[in-house]
Amino acid sequence: MPSGNWLQAALAEDWQQGGFAIYVHWPFCQAKCPYCDFNSHVARHIDQTRWLAAYQREIDRYAQATPGRVLTSIFFGGGTPSLMNPDVVAGVLDRIRQHWPQANDLEVTLEANPGSVEAGRFKAYADAGVNRISMGIQALNDRDLQRLGRIHSRSEAMAAFEIARSHFDRVSFDLIYARQDQTLQDWKTELKQALGMAVDHLSLYQLTIEDGTAFGDRYARGKLKGLPPDDLSADMYQATQDMCEDAGFLSYEVSNHARIGAESRHNRVYWRYGDYIGIGPGAHGRLTLNGQRHATEAWSNPQKWLDTTLDALGEKERVALSGDDQASEFLMMGLRLAEGVDASRYTALAGKALPQDRLDHLSELGMIESDGDRITVTRQGRMVLNAILSELLTN
Amino acid sequence: MTELSRIRNFSIVAHIDHGKSTLADRLIQSTGTVQDRDMKEQLLDSMDIERERGITIKANTVRIDYKADDGETYVLNLIDTPGHVDFAYEVSRSMRAVEGSLLVVDSTQGVEAQTLANVYHALDADHEIVPVLNKIDLPAADCDRVAAQIEDVIGIDSSDAIRVSAKTGIGIHETLEAIVKRLPAPKGDRDAPLTAMLVDSWYDAYLGVVVLVRIMDGVLKKGDRITMMQNGSVHQVDRIGVFRPQMQNVDSLGPGEIGFITAQIKQVRDTRVGDTITHEKKGATKALPGFKPSQPVVFCGLFPVDSSEFEDLRDAIEKLALNDASFTFEMETSAALGFGFRCGFLGLLHLEVIRDRIEREYDIDLITTAPSVIYHVYLRDGTMKELHNPADMPDLTYVDHLEEPRIKATILVPDDYLGDVLKLCQDRRGIQQDLTYAGSRAMVVYDLPLNEVVFDFYDRLKSVTKGYASFDYQLTGYQQDNLVKMSILVNDEPVDALSIMVHRDRAEMRGRSMVEKLKELIPRHMFKIPIQAAIGGKVIARETLAALRKDVTAKCYGGDATRKRKLLDKQKAGKKKMRQFGKVEIPQQAFINALKMDT
Repeated sequence: MPSGNWLQAALAEDWQQGGFAIYVHWPFCQAKCPYCDFNSHVARHIDQTRWLAAYQREIDRYAQATPGRVLTSIFFGGGTPSLMNPDVVAGVLDRIRQHWPQANDLEVTLEANPGSVEAGRFKAYADAGVNRISMGIQALNDRDLQRLGRIHSRSEAMAAFEIARSHFDRVSFDLIYARQDQTLQDWKTELKQALGMAVDHLSLYQLTIEDGTAFGDRYARGKLKGLPPDDLSADMYQATQDMCEDAGFLSYEVSNHARIGAESRHNRVYWRYGDYIGIGPGAHGRLTLNGQRHATEAWSNPQKWLDTTLDALGEKERVALSGDDQASEFLMMGLRLAEGVDASRYTALAGKALPQDRLDHLSELGMIESDGDRITVTRQGRMVLNAILSELLTN
Repeated sequence: MTELSRIRNFSIVAHIDHGKSTLADRLIQSTGTVQDRDMKEQLLDSMDIERERGITIKANTVRIDYKADDGETYVLNLIDTPGHVDFAYEVSRSMRAVEGSLLVVDSTQGVEAQTLANVYHALDADHEIVPVLNKIDLPAADCDRVAAQIEDVIGIDSSDAIRVSAKTGIGIHETLEAIVKRLPAPKGDRDAPLTAMLVDSWYDAYLGVVVLVRIMDGVLKKGDRITMMQNGSVHQVDRIGVFRPQMQNVDSLGPGEIGFITAQIKQVRDTRVGDTITHEKKGATKALPGFKPSQPVVFCGLFPVDSSEFEDLRDAIEKLALNDASFTFEMETSAALGFGFRCGFLGLLHLEVIRDRIEREYDIDLITTAPSVIYHVYLRDGTMKELHNPADMPDLTYVDHLEEPRIKATILVPDDYLGDVLKLCQDRRGIQQDLTYAGSRAMVVYDLPLNEVVFDFYDRLKSVTKGYASFDYQLTGYQQDNLVKMSILVNDEPVDALSIMVHRDRAEMRGRSMVEKLKELIPRHMFKIPIQAAIGGKVIARETLAALRKDVTAKCYGGDATRKRKLLDKQKAGKKKMRQFGKVEIPQQAFINALKMDT
């Protein structure tokens, strides 16, 4: 039995205020979407047995370093994890269960493409222990689906969604808006349909053009036309918040909306700045060991990761985070949440308080609100969160 | 020491880009002074900024040995002079050290304003002048027209002008022969008491102060004890030499020769350019006619973007001033910018060169405030105060009237663009004094206020004439006018570093232009920002910078934390280039760019 002192020290570790989760990355897709900057690859042949073995070895290694932690959530992301054989998913989950105690309401999410092939596997995923599906529907009309490079159609997506609902209590889906040639009215109409379909959770992202993607290249060459100007995308964002709240979906995070209690527990570990293990190519982690929080990053090349994990941890790097870095990350993640952050947690991490004059200035502008120790970003402030962070963190 | 009859001292007079440095390179190269493998472009321009901008800032010297067609070997001393008007002073004093000039004119372009200005310096110094038509290899070359123009405009005989392509080497031999045959040998008496003209001096990190001298009479030897006639200070010569173009030690320099000495002199300021050097004992009693010292005419504030770099800036400025006696500085405090320096320059190019050198060689990011000229402020009590900085403008109740410096500007421009040039001069409160033609080129002379020219006149002139106009000026004197101080308020707070002196009639226009520019230059903030121009308490122009509407990252999950944190760190570095005024951050570049006018 650990001594009382050990327990006290452990309780004082910052990550415990955010929880503990495991992220599993499946790096393969059937096709690469032009807006996607995630670590995803298209491969002809994948030896899934080898992948399961590698995941399991990694799970064993991380388990040794984090004994006794209570697991809040497991998340299969990608890539397209709905291309995983259900027995691989089951194998991963079984191995995790062997190592860590789990919260009663352990959340196990799997990202799925809304295609017919995937839908056929939903039952098996449920049997393996997955209890939440996050479906990448992205658009509710075929023209836009095509422009976003998606390989499914609207009707396929609807069908897949219905099948998912029949196997899972919790099904969320993603839409991307502020697309090329989309008007405010187009989006409102589409969002209304989405809210009619939605169970209890929706992720609604404004299209972001990232460097190193097909859209990024096209944008740089001036070939990506019809993107909404700033004012229109601001109006779209505002309308999104209004309509979701009217429908009972609270905007608990910048781009995430849920009925009370249906928030994604996994993502909340990130935003509440808990610890998370990242398993799989390119996966990131935050891991507190002996009181020091580390940032970990696995090799992103799938083959490199696979080969490395044969006899060692698949991490490319593990960096000890300074108090300042942790405080910045904590604030950056935490202020995305409607619930906000505790200022004292920032102070403890940074070794200094947030600059009071900046806080006062932001309060005066109506960008943030303080209630005792708690700081929250207002609706108005959320629209310019990057500027708020820059105001608070770069001086 | 070389016989007087075997020495030729000369300079090259040219407009910028007419090929002066290339010709110098070719003369040096063809006489084998520099081995081909050591050859690089613009050999005499040693500063990076000189090479990059294709300009010469400091005068440079080279000694060339040339075996002429008559079988004799001659020593040719070339002093390469700056071409830009800011450094006219440097040109005029270098001219005094030599007996002749090559007048280089681009045969595709013709005579330009700087050709004129510099050739007048040469004529003032009683030079023999050899016209050289350069770039004859180009299809657009028109030697006959340009030769005629030289006779018309400058009034010197150009019937035997040498036709040269410094690029291909055509005419280089003829040029060297002309230097020997057509330029006079220097005069001097080696038995007379030493008189040496102090032509220039600069600081060298290894040697200390290096002094460029031209011996008039007598002989200067290593170990000699010398005295500077102006202040009587005595030094022992510890090194004596010539430039080829690297330093090469010699034992002595005799009459007519040009070379350098070092003598344990600590600071450039201890050497007065134009001073006469003689021996401590049995020295000359009568000094050579000196030059009047150069005076800064343009002033601006230099402030570190990062206020913690103030001491570094002080260090940089002091080091640069060591080598440049025409650059002045004193400490300045700005309510908006904190501690910095008010610096004086010979002109805007000089300002830019110094600023670039501080930023590059000393790695200090600078905020440069609005350039200003020296105003004469006449107070009601009858006294006059020089105003170098609009922020120091006395309360109007004490002021009787203001005077501003004016210049005589000479502009040469192809006929097609004349209308635009006249409009530009008119807009800048110019008074036309003369308008003549030389072929299809017009030469206009304007009386203009220096403060209208000092900032972006030259840029505007180049832009309205597609680069075809050339420009030169000289200060003429002070004149009373209706001048006011215009302040800029950002978010209702005055930003002293943005205040400027302006003519009352032009204030609305300037004010409007500045607030419009600032609206573009200041990034959007989370709140709206009024930007105003005011004279005293009266607002004459106003713009409002709208608040930032949306700036939020759509997706931020576990895998994004590192990247987004690093992005914030990068922003932190970017913010170092901004200065905080109350609640508003103003980028470094805004201080200068706000002043640029579109007309």
